[in-house]
Amino acid sequence: MSFSATNFAQPRPVPVGVRSNEKPLSSDASRFRFRGPPSFLGSPHSLRFKPIPPFKLAIPHSQRSAASSVTHIANGKMVKSSANLLITKEEGLELYEDMILGRFFEDMCAQMYYRGKMFGFVHLYNGQEAVSTGFFKLLKKEDTVVSTYRDHVHALSKGVPARAVMSELFGKATGCCRGQGGSMHMFSKEHNVIGGFAFIGEGIPVATGAAFSSKYRREVLKEAGADQVTLAFFGDGTCNNGQFYECLNMAALWKLPIIFVVENNLWAIGMSHLRATSDPEIWKKGPAFGMPGVHVDGMDVLKVREVAKEAIERARRGDGPTLVECETYRFRGHSLADPDELRDPAEKARYAARDPISALKKYLFENKLASEQELKSIEKKIDEVLDDAVEYSDESPLPPRSQLLENVFADPKGFGIGPDGKYRCEDPKFTQGTAHV
Amino acid sequence: MATLFQGVGAVTPFSASTSLHSNKLHLPPRKSLSLSESRGAIFVHRSDARLNLKPATPKQDLLIPNAIATKGDTSTPTKSGHELLLFEALREGLEEEMERDPRVCVMGEDVGHYGGSYKVTKGLAEKYGDLRVLDTPIAENSFTGMGIGAAMTGLRPIVEGMNMGFLLLAFNQISNNCGMLHYTSGGQFTIPIVIRGPGGVGRQLGAEHSQRLESYFQSIPGIQMVACSTPYNAKGLMKAAIRSENPVILFEHVLLYNLKERIPDEEYVLSLEEAEMVRPGEHVTILTYSRMRYHVMQAAKTLVNKGYDPEVIDIRSLKPFDLYTIGRSVKKTHRVLIVEECMRTGGIGASLTAAITENFHDYLDAPIVCLSSQDVPTPYAGTLEEWTVVQPAQIVTAVEQLCQ
Repeated sequence: MSFSATNFAQPRPVPVGVRSNEKPLSSDASRFRFRGPPSFLGSPHSLRFKPIPPFKLAIPHSQRSAASSVTHIANGKMVKSSANLLITKEEGLELYEDMILGRFFEDMCAQMYYRGKMFGFVHLYNGQEAVSTGFFKLLKKEDTVVSTYRDHVHALSKGVPARAVMSELFGKATGCCRGQGGSMHMFSKEHNVIGGFAFIGEGIPVATGAAFSSKYRREVLKEAGADQVTLAFFGDGTCNNGQFYECLNMAALWKLPIIFVVENNLWAIGMSHLRATSDPEIWKKGPAFGMPGVHVDGMDVLKVREVAKEAIERARRGDGPTLVECETYRFRGHSLADPDELRDPAEKARYAARDPISALKKYLFENKLASEQELKSIEKKIDEVLDDAVEYSDESPLPPRSQLLENVFADPKGFGIGPDGKYRCEDPKFTQGTAHV
Repeated sequence: MATLFQGVGAVTPFSASTSLHSNKLHLPPRKSLSLSESRGAIFVHRSDARLNLKPATPKQDLLIPNAIATKGDTSTPTKSGHELLLFEALREGLEEEMERDPRVCVMGEDVGHYGGSYKVTKGLAEKYGDLRVLDTPIAENSFTGMGIGAAMTGLRPIVEGMNMGFLLLAFNQISNNCGMLHYTSGGQFTIPIVIRGPGGVGRQLGAEHSQRLESYFQSIPGIQMVACSTPYNAKGLMKAAIRSENPVILFEHVLLYNLKERIPDEEYVLSLEEAEMVRPGEHVTILTYSRMRYHVMQAAKTLVNKGYDPEVIDIRSLKPFDLYTIGRSVKKTHRVLIVEECMRTGGIGASLTAAITENFHDYLDAPIVCLSSQDVPTPYAGTLEEWTVVQPAQIVTAVEQLCQ
């Protein structure tokens, strides 16, 4: 499949900011049947039951001519020519390994949870691996990532060792956050993962700040090579939250090097995206703020990767933010405590048939990029990594009492001055975690 | 004026093995610190001829700090230093820090081209550029979060709330992210952010512009709160807050921006955790902060004329409390009066009462009296507004009752 600017320049009427219930989209009219007075309280749009149409890159008028080559993949299928494949063999195996790591890790988490090794709210990522792998494998170590509570695989894809993530989930002192964060708060300074947030939407401003930092370094501090990009991951539910819109505005206003990645898995716990959103096409909200909005099939890692490549390069160049909506699906419930009774089994089956790992496997076989043997050996390797991670976590110590007060303040003088005139942190009981603060 | 506690440089993340008596936490002996503090307090708080000093009617005196601090030592030179207003002192502190460290930046509404709604950032955008003094859209939650993200990735932002009350919109970010992220990340990320802005009851500004947010923020673990009250401590606290590795919320007061004072030419940084001895005394300890300091000092004049000798302490550090200075005072006078502008319920005074009772109960000869604002949304009408906050006459009466 060759990619050239001409694919984009085709005069496909791009629905910039058009609301579908006012007039139908020119070529996709069949997708949006206006139902008249809705029989349920929700959007008049139907869920898409057809194969994913070619994704639209909606760019505001002023920027359309400046758009560089954007991939155009027809009818939801990978179109290939014998000379130009989308990935090389090494890349293919890397992608496969990353997705297998994500999938097997989450399955192991479920196992460990039901065995009583981890507690609380654990949100698993099964089914969405294509989004994570598609984006992360194009990032540099210095790039920053912000996620939500569904962050195990984001941390793993960014490079945080499985051992560190697993022991964090077990609540051990060797976890990436010393056991103080837990499932929903994965942080890694080394790999530039700044969360892990429990409230949806609250990570987006933090991501905007990281992007601002990058721009500041480039323009104020004049650091050479300060082109770090920031990725903010969040779901469809977050797209109805004010912080999302406020940050879209600020990012576009100041052309921050950030990519807003919406993992639209159609469900926010038990709330269907259509019942919560007046206009469910999230990618359209980008142009309203002056940035490109892209919709991509999030069950296909290669498509995600192509869009990611363009968006990341755009941000690195200094051209500003992009909003990428990835249509994806979570195979498990919202969390391990969710009975997942509301979703239609037919819908689940449909998406299970589009399992991103199976799709990549098929692609690799069809294009003779890998053999069964090679993929099996990758899976075996990951099994070993995970067994080691569980063993390591089992054997790691629980956090001692002395750890209780250490990280409340970066500068422990913040605990103040005690009645005896000394700073509270100078109290010997402080290091034991038993000081009265 | 001797340089006081110099803020220490980068403090390494605390670990159990760090020696607490290493150079990094070098603290000057406590005694000399408070002594030089009080010496400083003396020559600084003289009444200012710039403002019209008419015979005091309660409303007139709200702004005029005409109580003399103490009759003590006047041997320190009074003509060195330079005179400026409180908002200029804040600006001076801010500018010095921005000059010193290029990572220090300001963000907020109208801080850039407009110069700040109270002129604290006037001229800085022209000098440092639009990115370093960033005019944000009206989105408190998001730009505060943006400041936090920038702080986590290496910058040292100062977020200005145009009015502290607007920061209620940023409560999510301040509570969840500002306070917590250092802890939940296991100490990996520091958040050296300063959140500042004017609060308190002004002149008939209405309920929503007259809020005291210190009571709402005080429970958030992981943040420090300070309140400035004079140009001298405003500049010192601003610099200390910027240099601190902890997130600090600096509370200014709308009515104090035009206070004039002579401050030293030399650079100085104050301690974020210490209280300020305003007037040493023997009979009763009066604890206060921000604008109420001036009501107390005015009441002190009356009290002195009536033969009382109140000890006035400006607690400055609202979280954590400086229990050493407070405790020493309680042990001397055995009577405590707290005068604050916070609401009665759950305010700083309530916490302070609890802390003193817990730590110094044996030294008290009488129950602690706490004078706070009424639990009323601040009315617009001038007369009603006056009755919601503590007035000097009430302070005098309370001291008289306490000292019976």
